[in-house]
Amino acid sequence: MVGAFIAAGLVALFFLSMKVSNLSTMSGGEGYPVDARFDNIGSLKVRSPVTMAGVRVGRVSDIGFDSETYEAVVTMSIDSRYDTIPDDTFAKILTAGLLGEQYIGLDPGGSEQYLKTGDQIQLTQSALVLEEIIGQFLFSKAEEGSNSE
Amino acid sequence: MLEQLARLGRVGIAILAHIGRGNILLFHILGGITDLATRPGLLIRQLYSVGVLSMLIISVSGTFVGMVLALQGHYTLSQFGAEQSLGVMVAASLVRELGPVVTALLFAGRAGSALTAEIGLMKATEQLSGLEMMAVDPIKRILTPRFLAGFISMPLLAGMFSALGILGGYFVGVGLLGVDDGAFWSQMQAKIDLHEDIYNGVIKSFVFGWVCTWIALFQGYEAVPTSEGVSRATTRTVVHSSLAVLGMDFILTALMFGG
Amino acid sequence: MTSDTDPLVKIRGLRFFRGERAIFDGVDIDIPRGKITAIMGPSGSGKTTLLKLIGGQLRPQAGSVEVDGQNIHRLSRRALYRLRIRMGMLFQSGALLTDISVFDNVAYPLREHAPLPSSMIRKLVLLKLESVGLRGARGLMPSELSGGMARRVALARAMALDPMMIMYDEPFTGQDPISLGVLVQLIRALNDASRITSIIVSHDVQETAEIADYIYVISNGRVIDHGSPDAMLKSNAPWTRQFMHGLADGPVPFHYPAPGLEQDLLGT
Repeated sequence: MVGAFIAAGLVALFFLSMKVSNLSTMSGGEGYPVDARFDNIGSLKVRSPVTMAGVRVGRVSDIGFDSETYEAVVTMSIDSRYDTIPDDTFAKILTAGLLGEQYIGLDPGGSEQYLKTGDQIQLTQSALVLEEIIGQFLFSKAEEGSNSE
Repeated sequence: MLEQLARLGRVGIAILAHIGRGNILLFHILGGITDLATRPGLLIRQLYSVGVLSMLIISVSGTFVGMVLALQGHYTLSQFGAEQSLGVMVAASLVRELGPVVTALLFAGRAGSALTAEIGLMKATEQLSGLEMMAVDPIKRILTPRFLAGFISMPLLAGMFSALGILGGYFVGVGLLGVDDGAFWSQMQAKIDLHEDIYNGVIKSFVFGWVCTWIALFQGYEAVPTSEGVSRATTRTVVHSSLAVLGMDFILTALMFGG
Repeated sequence: MTSDTDPLVKIRGLRFFRGERAIFDGVDIDIPRGKITAIMGPSGSGKTTLLKLIGGQLRPQAGSVEVDGQNIHRLSRRALYRLRIRMGMLFQSGALLTDISVFDNVAYPLREHAPLPSSMIRKLVLLKLESVGLRGARGLMPSELSGGMARRVALARAMALDPMMIMYDEPFTGQDPISLGVLVQLIRALNDASRITSIIVSHDVQETAEIADYIYVISNGRVIDHGSPDAMLKSNAPWTRQFMHGLADGPVPFHYPAPGLEQDLLGT
């Protein structure tokens, strides 16, 4: 009975880890770290997904701040099976849906050189912050209005 | 005025002494763990009475809590057209909060009160003194195996609670309310994190197991050795354990998910 | 070194307080070896407390308790436990472990303290149970025993490690006449057969006087009187007389202290 109890408990915990959590979607192997600098990361968080053509290839492993350049330094962990990502890849911070969570999208470049451990992605685009977009839109409308007068 | 101050002081000293005795007891209990290695039978017997006997109530409650969560969640989520997230909602609430907390509350009522009553009665019937006079340390022989059994059982029970709750939610959500099967699981897997959610839930239930069993044993050991004293101690176990679990849950949640 | 003529238990100037209340206030008692010594007193006079003090479960505020030449309350925990192996105690309720059988209860101290093969333990347990006449009850659980049988099993358990002394806490209370007779006989027989020192704490005058070699009477935290059972029964000291013969009134008044009856009734 006690054996059955312990077995049932362990099976339950195993079920939780395997079937419920992201252990099943995490690739078994480790990833290699790649850095990228952004002016603004919006609400990107550690563990946010990193995707390429919509397929997840890694996740954000660390977010830091460079107090000299005032930029955010995002470290991504890219699955080691995706080891042929060109080093001129373009990293954008995108939003899933209108209000969804933010993630990093990678657009591959054309370089023959591939990203390696510790490399930095040079081409980045910051998160779009809704207030800024609205602000820009209003500003440009106002400008249009004054021009047409 | 001065008298009231003195009374306040006395109450404070009594509370401190109470806490102190509890810690001394815990220290003795932990001291008996090495001794237990030579007597695994004692632990297994306690795992049976603490764990196996709590399994039924935990399983049934877990299943129903999951089913209710799915019903309620579906109602709310469908207003935003987000039924697909039902799996996440059910799993996250169970794994993070309801699993450990409700299991601990049920555990305090089922196993904790039984432990207190058992120890209190052993004290009232002089069994503990009897062991002492046989040159056997009752803390090591009686309390330690029970403590360890509670500590081990709680995470297993909480795991069963959450797992069955998720299955219950799946049954209601996918089976009755027509949420998409694939979306239920895939959204869950995308959002529930092994470390953040599951490990933290397990850590919580270890802490609750520790606290509930400790309170139950302490109340039993300190009980006034009469039938009235034992019944009071049993009530105190349930009240103190429940309050401790809810208080600890707030602190742990703030530490784990707040930052 | 202790010799055979020294008392086994020597209590000197024992003082013990529960809160403000003095349970013992300067008690001197000698328990001779190989004899049955009874400690008697009315309910609430702290007789059980005395046994707990001798067994080292409680600590006195002053005074000393020496068992076999060792001051109980100065011993380290380890030494105290070693000494307790040689002391048996029979609790009022029997104090059998309720979740294991009669056999396992008697085997418990052996399994704890004597690294013997199980076949040997079995033989010892059966012998001990035989001596209290309950060999046939070995498979029963404590809840299936009558009060008298539970006490006999507890006695077998107390004897399991062949102790140098056994302390009996109210062994006769609440027993029917038959099990009472059995217990009286057993205690006497065990004492005579194995030269064990026995301490009986009781307020049952008749049975105790029947088997004791020496009696101490305590009340209000002091030793009031002591002597052989005969001397005690014949004693003319008013308190002893009242206690030994169960008189309703005497130095221990029938009335709880109160103002005069007339005054109370007339309400003045």
